[in-house]
Amino acid sequence: MTQHFPAIQVVLPLVSAPLCLLLRNVHLVHTFAVGVAWGCLFVSGSLLKEVLTSGVIKYELGGWAAPWGIEYRVDIANAYVLVIVSTIAAVVLPFGRGARDVTRVRGQEYLFYSAFLLCLTGLLGITITGDAFNVFVFLEISSLSAYTLVAMGQGRRALIAAYAYLVLGTIGGTFLLIGIGFMYEMTGTLNMEDLTARLPPVMGTRTIMVSFAFIVIGTSIKLAVFPLHQWLPNAYTYAPGMVSAFLSATATKVSYYVLVRVLFTLFGVAFVFDTLHLHYLLVPFSLAAMFVGSLAAIHQDDIKRLLAYSSVAQIGYMTLGLSTGTVAGLTGGLVHLFNHALMKGGLFLVVACVGFKVGCNRIDSYAGLGRRMPLTMAAFVVGGLSLIGVPATVGFVSKWYLIAAVLEQGWYLVAFLVLLSSLLAVVYVWRIVEIAYLKPPPEGREIQEAPLSMLLPTWALIGATIYFGFATDLTVGVARAAAEQLFGHGP
Amino acid sequence: MHENAILRVVSKPLIILILLFALYVQFHGDFGPGGGFQAGVIFAAAIILYGLIFGLEECRKVVPAALVEVGCALGVLLYAGVGIVSLLLGANYLDYGALSAHDPSHGQHLGILLVEAGVGITVTSAMTMIFYMFAGRAG
Repeated sequence: MTQHFPAIQVVLPLVSAPLCLLLRNVHLVHTFAVGVAWGCLFVSGSLLKEVLTSGVIKYELGGWAAPWGIEYRVDIANAYVLVIVSTIAAVVLPFGRGARDVTRVRGQEYLFYSAFLLCLTGLLGITITGDAFNVFVFLEISSLSAYTLVAMGQGRRALIAAYAYLVLGTIGGTFLLIGIGFMYEMTGTLNMEDLTARLPPVMGTRTIMVSFAFIVIGTSIKLAVFPLHQWLPNAYTYAPGMVSAFLSATATKVSYYVLVRVLFTLFGVAFVFDTLHLHYLLVPFSLAAMFVGSLAAIHQDDIKRLLAYSSVAQIGYMTLGLSTGTVAGLTGGLVHLFNHALMKGGLFLVVACVGFKVGCNRIDSYAGLGRRMPLTMAAFVVGGLSLIGVPATVGFVSKWYLIAAVLEQGWYLVAFLVLLSSLLAVVYVWRIVEIAYLKPPPEGREIQEAPLSMLLPTWALIGATIYFGFATDLTVGVARAAAEQLFGHGP
Repeated sequence: MHENAILRVVSKPLIILILLFALYVQFHGDFGPGGGFQAGVIFAAAIILYGLIFGLEECRKVVPAALVEVGCALGVLLYAGVGIVSLLLGANYLDYGALSAHDPSHGQHLGILLVEAGVGITVTSAMTMIFYMFAGRAG
């Protein structure tokens, strides 16, 4: 059965989503969805193990050979992303209480799990497929269900946020489709491996240039690269707690993977960085993202919005790593991909724990929580330290590799700015810590620690930020192998 | 539109024709233009026309909302299920050739028929669901 794992990786959540619709009972569906997520994690873990030991796995869907049929192609880079996505799903889904307040109509919780599993299907599908058009199809599956998940948040503003996300996300998806269409027009193929072979002769044509622009901008909207990030703060703020955690840790990460795949595998380093000089565009935008995102985060009153703007800044670090156009930089970007998924996912779960007990996401309402909810707030402190990049956390590891890569290019000013932007993270993390630990709790209301079922997933992610702060050979080793493979593969 | 006799009289035979045409497109799909998606939309168009002429309540009696919801799920399950059967028979996912032991082309006929049926059911249900959601507001 293991040779069918690439298909099972996507089919398992795909089949489970309609089954949730038929099962209906909340507890049944919850247990079922958690089981499916852990199954996906098992599959992606075995795929990564197999790729690392015996090389690239190819799977022909329907038994049709690659350039005509759809091929699932697993190399180190996408096996690594598959593991990240399914890990986050497996950890976030048991956070079941978060789901209880998601739908406005009681008895419709099964729709939430159905949409969640569809979103997982889409994200895993984008990552695993070796067919450019399939990327678009799965992108739409994941996006449409993500809009639904965001809309399930409390209050009417969730609907507006989901609508804005829908409009911008659709523009992004359409741009990607137009770009893929132009590539198909020039090469007559949609298979990515075939595209890498057939693109070089037509690389200089205007059609391919336009196609490149459409694809990069389309994925950048999905990734929320700095000036295209407008959908993100509201979507993360008004989505249900566990959805914010899941989307922040997976959706943008998968878009980053798509961007990497397009730049490094399809078009190749030489074309992207030597002919088009994309780094002239990406580096300033990455730096702007770090500063605008962090500065905006400092001025927020809502903690979810604070974390959302911090995500904009963190995406800047990832795109900066990519824009060096070197193995070291890409390694840094991919390491940060994993690390940011852990810490931002964990922090959003902390916020969901507090939201469950306090019923409010305003920063003022965190007063005195350091004493009332010690375990939850300790998780916040650790996650916050990781966002800043303090040694012994994963944040330090990724910044170390990013700064090393930037220095290798001789970009001293950029390295300095990366450090400077970390100081801004100190400001917004400290704001919360100060309120939670130094302000007295408000009179009258007794707030207790979050239940164990919510604390365990939270600490699983937060604990991992410390664990991988020391055990870097797994993350950095795999990320470097992935980066080297992406470079070796390009034309 | 309840009082409009001409519409009611004309639409009744028309709906039958539309449903028949949907079935034609559905079953023609595996060896000509057409297929589950188009058939599903046409089939749903017949249901929606019925709803427009005879009212939402009547339409809900003929095609209950619960059935529509189950249909959405069943279609996807049928599609994915065919793939899983071929997996269990030892071939790749969605490799219809494995469905028939003696002749792969028979298996391919059966496979595409079932898969298109799955698409048709889901598209019909989804289109009808969207109509119910918009027309019913509260539903």
